[in-house]
Amino acid sequence: MIRTPLRPLARILEARASGRNPDAIERENIRIRHEQMRDAARQRAEGRLLVLGLFFVCAFAAVGARMGVMATSEPSEPRAEAAGAMIHAARADIVDRNGRLLATNFETHALYAQPPQMIDPERSATELARIFPDLDVERLKADFTGARKFLWIKRKISPEQMQAVHEIGDPGLLFGPRDMRLYPNGTLAAHVLGGASYGKEGVSAAEVIGVAGVEKYFDGYLRDPANGNSPLTLSLDLTIQAASERVLRGGMKMMNAKGATSVLMDVHTGEVISVVSLPTFDPNDRPRPMVQGDASDSPLFNRAVQGVYELGSVFKIFTAVQAMDLGLVNADTMIDTSGPMKVGGFSIGEFRNKNYGTISVSDVIVHSSNRGTGRLAIQVGAERQQSFLKSLGFFEATPFEIVEAATGKPLLPKRWTELSAVTVSYGHGLSTSPMHLAAGYAAIANGGFAVKPTLLKQDAPHLGQRVMSDAAARSARDMLRKVVTSGTASFGEVEGYSVGGKTGTADKPKKSGGYYEDKVIATFATMFPTTDPKYVLIVTLDEPVETSGDKPRRTAGWTAVPVAAEMIRRIAPLLGLRPAIEPVALEDIKLTSN
Amino acid sequence: MRTVLYILTTLAVIGLAFWAYRENYATQAALSRTDDLRSDIRMAHDRLSVLRAEWAYLNRPDRLRDLAELNFGTLGLLPLESYQFGAIDQVAYPPAPVLMITEGVDLSASKVEEQQP
Repeated sequence: MIRTPLRPLARILEARASGRNPDAIERENIRIRHEQMRDAARQRAEGRLLVLGLFFVCAFAAVGARMGVMATSEPSEPRAEAAGAMIHAARADIVDRNGRLLATNFETHALYAQPPQMIDPERSATELARIFPDLDVERLKADFTGARKFLWIKRKISPEQMQAVHEIGDPGLLFGPRDMRLYPNGTLAAHVLGGASYGKEGVSAAEVIGVAGVEKYFDGYLRDPANGNSPLTLSLDLTIQAASERVLRGGMKMMNAKGATSVLMDVHTGEVISVVSLPTFDPNDRPRPMVQGDASDSPLFNRAVQGVYELGSVFKIFTAVQAMDLGLVNADTMIDTSGPMKVGGFSIGEFRNKNYGTISVSDVIVHSSNRGTGRLAIQVGAERQQSFLKSLGFFEATPFEIVEAATGKPLLPKRWTELSAVTVSYGHGLSTSPMHLAAGYAAIANGGFAVKPTLLKQDAPHLGQRVMSDAAARSARDMLRKVVTSGTASFGEVEGYSVGGKTGTADKPKKSGGYYEDKVIATFATMFPTTDPKYVLIVTLDEPVETSGDKPRRTAGWTAVPVAAEMIRRIAPLLGLRPAIEPVALEDIKLTSN
Repeated sequence: MRTVLYILTTLAVIGLAFWAYRENYATQAALSRTDDLRSDIRMAHDRLSVLRAEWAYLNRPDRLRDLAELNFGTLGLLPLESYQFGAIDQVAYPPAPVLMITEGVDLSASKVEEQQP
């Protein structure tokens, strides 16, 4: 580029000659040069802006085009990534603590019809009715020949039935794949598992949703495709559950009971190893809920968590253990149990109007004295009794992980008067489920820590807050042991397992108020072995009658206790508990030298 | 010189195109093989879950109990009882092996002496 000089000599000389100011020429040249520089800078800036603008246009166009392509194209499985294979679309399995299947999926087919494509609707209808006897021929014919374009015929069919339908050969009969929830063990643990059903249904797939029990409680977890390969591990043990159900069913028949329930709980972790409620049902073919009558008569009713009843004398140990924990009494403190005893205008009586006189706290439990426990409760006081029972979890529904558990809310006295304190002390006026009771007994068994019942397998002990001292819990366990060796639960002795427990027989309340004379709830709450308790077992029979004697016997000692003892005899070896020779209580050493 | 450069460049382009073409086909083949394997895995999964369900169904406690009762004559199975627990010190050591004498050597030499005159 040729630079124009600012002061060109020729023009300067010429200007000087003509008397003009030569500086004007220089200023003019500077101006022209500045204008040139400005134009060049503008051009460069405009060029840059254009490039930048083009870049943005391209970028947005690319994003827009990609969005358009994604919106209009069919979705396809990512083929090149290896991780894609891990996604398993089926509902997750449910297994017991040893990994044995409790619930899984099974591929079946659903049968549907598209009448416009049918060749011979009448014959197809007749043939279908022959394969599925529960279908109505006339209705099928009406549907096939009517205006309907689509109808479901069967939700689930077996491969044999599918083959038979294939052989009809009608192109209007079509199949859609279906995942079916299968409970291979039939009625086993039915109340825990609940059941599953179909949600939204399409031709090529259907949603499987849990309708009750653990299936509904963990529905979100089970349906999450990310969990397809990680089954839900429950704390139940299949073998022990099966043995418990068998023993309990036999016991229920022998004792002519209408229903029965048992809960076996690990006292350190709160894991429920087996929970049975009879009568039961098959979750593969879940019956419809009853629309009238008493809900507790339905097999769907889970007595272990929903059966909220006054459980009677099994509560006495809580009063005794609290009185001992507070230091008001010890196991040998003498209590006057003689009558009459009046609290708030009501007289407190004993079973069959017995009178035990003045006996030790230990004997109050062994003989199951109402007045004795009542007097302990008066010493403890209503306030402290309430907070103690609350800390054991008797005031709220159990956190047990099935949906039914939330409906088993305990029934509490409206006002906790002194009379309430006395009646609650022997298990009346406070209605709870057997699951609550198991948690309460577990606290005594594990040395005084509150326990939350759980259905999920735990890896380590889950001890809650301390609710009583270890010493009080130990004395309570000795008392429970004495109930079996020399008290109301003498049928509960199982050689080698040092069973301790407390019986409870409560009259059933009438709907209209008051109590039935001849209908009871018999409960045996037990722990074994009392020397180092590992398990708590609650057995409850609904309306049992033992008829081997002259008179029908209904007390728990004659009904629930033998059933529980048989159950322990069967399941303790399965739990891996070795029978132990009980340590004999040492005689007091007496100094005999003079 | 320039001609040689042109020829080389053209050859390189042809070579690369051929390589890309082959790679493309190899990729497609690998993908379709992946698809096949995926579908095999899925089918194997399904079959496995059916077998597992069947195993669980055949091993359900009710059935096993009935079978144990039916075959009591040959198996003699009864529920586990508490006395069936053993302690390790109740198990006897295996008896010491008895040494077999196979080639006995008669060592009573006294008779031989007597026979000598």
